[in-house]
Amino acid sequence: MKNPPLLSLLIFAPFIGAALLALLRNVSPGGSRAISLLSSLSTLVLAFLALGSFDRAATGYQFVERHDWIAALNVHYHLGLDGMSLLLVLLTGIVSPAALLAGWKERRSPRLFGALFLVLQGAALGVFLALDFFHWFLFWELSLVPAYFLIKLWGGPGATRAAYQFVIYTLGGSAFMLLGFAALFAATGTLDFTQLAQLAADGTLASRLATTGGFWPQAVFLGLLLGLAVKVPLFPFHTWLPAAYAEAPTGVSMFLTGVMSKMGVYAFFRILWPIFPGQLHAAAPVLIWLALGGVVLGGFAAMKQTDLKRMVAYSSINHLSYCLLALFAIAAATGRPGNTSEAAAAALSGALLQMFNHGLSAAALFLCIGVLESRSGGSRGLDDFGGVRSVAPVFAGLCGIAMFSSIGLPGLNGFVGEFLIFRGVFGFAPWAAAIACLGLFATAFFYLTFWQRVFHGPRAGAAAGEWRDVGGAERATLLPLAALMILFGVMPHLLTGLFNPLITSWANHLTLP
Amino acid sequence: MNALPCAIYVSFTGALLALVAGNRSAAAARWIALATAATAWGITLLAASRFVPSAGLQTLVDLPWITSMGIRYHLAVDGISLTLLVLTGLAATAGVLFSWNIEERVGEFFALYLALIGGVYGVFLSADAVLFFVFYEIAIVPKYFLVARWGSTNREYGAMKLVLYSFAGSALVLAGLLWPYAAGGGGSFALGDLAAAAVNFSRGEQIGMFALVFFGFAVLAGLFPFHTWAPTGHVAAPTAASMLLAGVVMKLGAYGCLRVAMPLFPAGFEFWQLTIGWLAVIGIVYAGAIALVQDDFKFVIGYSSVSHMGFVMLGLAAGNAQAVSGAVLQMFSHGVIAGLLFAVVGRMVYDRTHTRKLADLRALPLHRRLPFAAMTFVVAGLASMGMPGFSGFPAELTILIGAWKTSPMWTAVAALGVLVAAAFTLRAIQVSFFGATDPSDHKAGGAVHAYPRITLAEKAGALLLVGATVLVGLKPDLLLDWIAPSLQSPLFQAVLKGGAP
Repeated sequence: MKNPPLLSLLIFAPFIGAALLALLRNVSPGGSRAISLLSSLSTLVLAFLALGSFDRAATGYQFVERHDWIAALNVHYHLGLDGMSLLLVLLTGIVSPAALLAGWKERRSPRLFGALFLVLQGAALGVFLALDFFHWFLFWELSLVPAYFLIKLWGGPGATRAAYQFVIYTLGGSAFMLLGFAALFAATGTLDFTQLAQLAADGTLASRLATTGGFWPQAVFLGLLLGLAVKVPLFPFHTWLPAAYAEAPTGVSMFLTGVMSKMGVYAFFRILWPIFPGQLHAAAPVLIWLALGGVVLGGFAAMKQTDLKRMVAYSSINHLSYCLLALFAIAAATGRPGNTSEAAAAALSGALLQMFNHGLSAAALFLCIGVLESRSGGSRGLDDFGGVRSVAPVFAGLCGIAMFSSIGLPGLNGFVGEFLIFRGVFGFAPWAAAIACLGLFATAFFYLTFWQRVFHGPRAGAAAGEWRDVGGAERATLLPLAALMILFGVMPHLLTGLFNPLITSWANHLTLP
Repeated sequence: MNALPCAIYVSFTGALLALVAGNRSAAAARWIALATAATAWGITLLAASRFVPSAGLQTLVDLPWITSMGIRYHLAVDGISLTLLVLTGLAATAGVLFSWNIEERVGEFFALYLALIGGVYGVFLSADAVLFFVFYEIAIVPKYFLVARWGSTNREYGAMKLVLYSFAGSALVLAGLLWPYAAGGGGSFALGDLAAAAVNFSRGEQIGMFALVFFGFAVLAGLFPFHTWAPTGHVAAPTAASMLLAGVVMKLGAYGCLRVAMPLFPAGFEFWQLTIGWLAVIGIVYAGAIALVQDDFKFVIGYSSVSHMGFVMLGLAAGNAQAVSGAVLQMFSHGVIAGLLFAVVGRMVYDRTHTRKLADLRALPLHRRLPFAAMTFVVAGLASMGMPGFSGFPAELTILIGAWKTSPMWTAVAALGVLVAAAFTLRAIQVSFFGATDPSDHKAGGAVHAYPRITLAEKAGALLLVGATVLVGLKPDLLLDWIAPSLQSPLFQAVLKGGAP
């Protein structure tokens, strides 16, 4: 097999762009913008290349690259792509250039911003493609560094505190995850996700860990769980999120919610579930409640917000909790008698779709709020606007699409994912599905409030004066996002086709070791 | 390979030359120092490139010295000492680059500096306990003068405390070495012979001898609660001396623990293992917590060194091959990272702003006025936090893996230490370099006089150290391939088997 290392290219193209920006000290602002955008677009181009030769019927990893790296720790440079990672790589490819374009013109030091942003993008891709803990963790941690500086240096007045809180929370989780992997290595001698999953499936992992005795095997699981739960975030580890999303500049909020939050969910599916099916099963009854807490309380907290960015931030907690709810419901039902594979397939399919759809709609919403901010001189309160629809009909239409997609209106992409999740979870835990409905109501309520107060009524606040409808870069990013929301709402099989065989095989092999 | 002893001789010769030349021209002394440090480093690298890893020490020179007492001039090397020799060369070269701005009695400064380096090379090459001890003392004396004469804050106090602690530690070590020599029949001071004799000692004797030697060395390694000399000493020392103190001299202590105390008295180690492990993890967390509330920039780094050395001691305490190789890797890693941190704080920042108070630094938008220093510190800080991609990560990961096999509880507490390290490092980065982000400060920053630019010497030194930490971070095999076979030697196997999986 002498193919070009497509996955390495995917990961490192943004890093090369960042290095270029770092080295070209005298490049003009326009030049740095061009380099950043082109490097950022590389992901989309390469993802389409991968899509072209991607075998949709296969369930294993494709485009695999595996090279020796660190013999002493049995580390291999191991990359692979399956339906789930492809979905997220595509999402990264779509959201990143859009995020980079947001606030394109008025930004200070575009060179530094571009370099940091590209490092962030490359790190996210690394997380989605790495199959060995060593470099997976490298990318996982690396993503924090540019995120920290992007929030701190370009963010709002509370950015320093928000950025610090964000990084410390995440690093706190990571420290315990590191401990967990140290223990896994001590027990098994490998850090490779596929090997660990195999050892878990045949029960070797559990028996080797058990030799440590006491509470420690559970502690290893909890360490990993904590690291991922903070990142997603899972209620009650979410407290860093609203401040970070609200204080970050528009483009960075878009990336954080669109891509970075998926890193955690992805790791739940890729790492925690395959490696600890037994422990996850045991913990699931509690975890379902935490996910429900995110769904319901996230929704109700969003209702209380008057800052639009914080509202969308809480809504992100709500939306991502659906994905985890689906996973926990499946984990809880694993090993239960009766044929559950159909419901599991629905829930899994919904969870993956939800990741993608939330990425699109939440990113689009943050972009819309960015547009509002740019027109109003920085204010983004629920009551700072009124009647925007009459002065900016195009903007109102595009923002409306994102909002209704987020609410889950049939015909738009958000509906499909949530419907499938509810369909699946209902099969396992009807009560949980029922409680989660509260979250749906809350979402509808606060987005409709947003819609009414900002877009309807008499022109008020910033909309009372001169108001420019979306144009140029704003239109170029919002239009495609809205178009994709409609496209995937009407034809979800375009996405599900990528991962259907994969989740069917997962759903058919739900067993406890 | 046989050229390695020359690293010692070159350093001492360079010290003399620098002293002589310093009377005429400061510039000459500087260049002599740089040439000497770089040559010695080159010798270690050359030796490293030809090094064939094997179990046990490879003898370089073995001459009778004081025959009546069986003391020999015996130099030998294995993968562990080679790692530290390369570190010494690197830290010494970078240290000279960061001392380029010393103006006061330049010749004497570099003479003492190079003498210290020569002593350190000697320690890492010695295979005879007395020779080891002699070089160890040679390294301690110049420290005092470097700190007391060229130091800053509270320098007499810092220097005195540093030296008293060191001498107290060496007194313990000396007692601990004479005891087995006398009890074993007094035939030889060769480490191998002493270890062979130790088999005849009772468990009680071994416990006592081990305690003397190990804790004597542990003082210099900054093991909690014997660490208090380290922060004050580091803070008082001039930049290059802080770099060497934290980067190399603390390693002397840890190296002594590993090379002398552990293989000689396996039964003693078994007895003290639990105590050492707990002291190490307490040190990791405690020093980190103290670093979190310091308001002097250099104290933050000083305590962070103690915290990182805690990882080394934890690796030693875990007592299996994995953890110990991680500990050696961490010695290298910390040597590089601590050097870098002290270089930024002491040279790049303090020599320009003349303040180390975090509250004062917060008011200066340093990331705009000294962007290179800010960038270097961010990189060094990330490395110090244990971010993957830098040398600290594979080192800490290896130590955690090994420590887990011995005691999961230690590992859990140490993981807390990783978190604390992230917190204090991030705080230091935030306050010292990115304090004022208010645009109005931008104007104020422009109004005051500009700081002298970061010199070429500083940039070169920073790049050397950053390059080393990234290289080892991405390819720790470079060093682990030397270290791991050395731990297969019978001397180490006697003590390491206890914690083997």
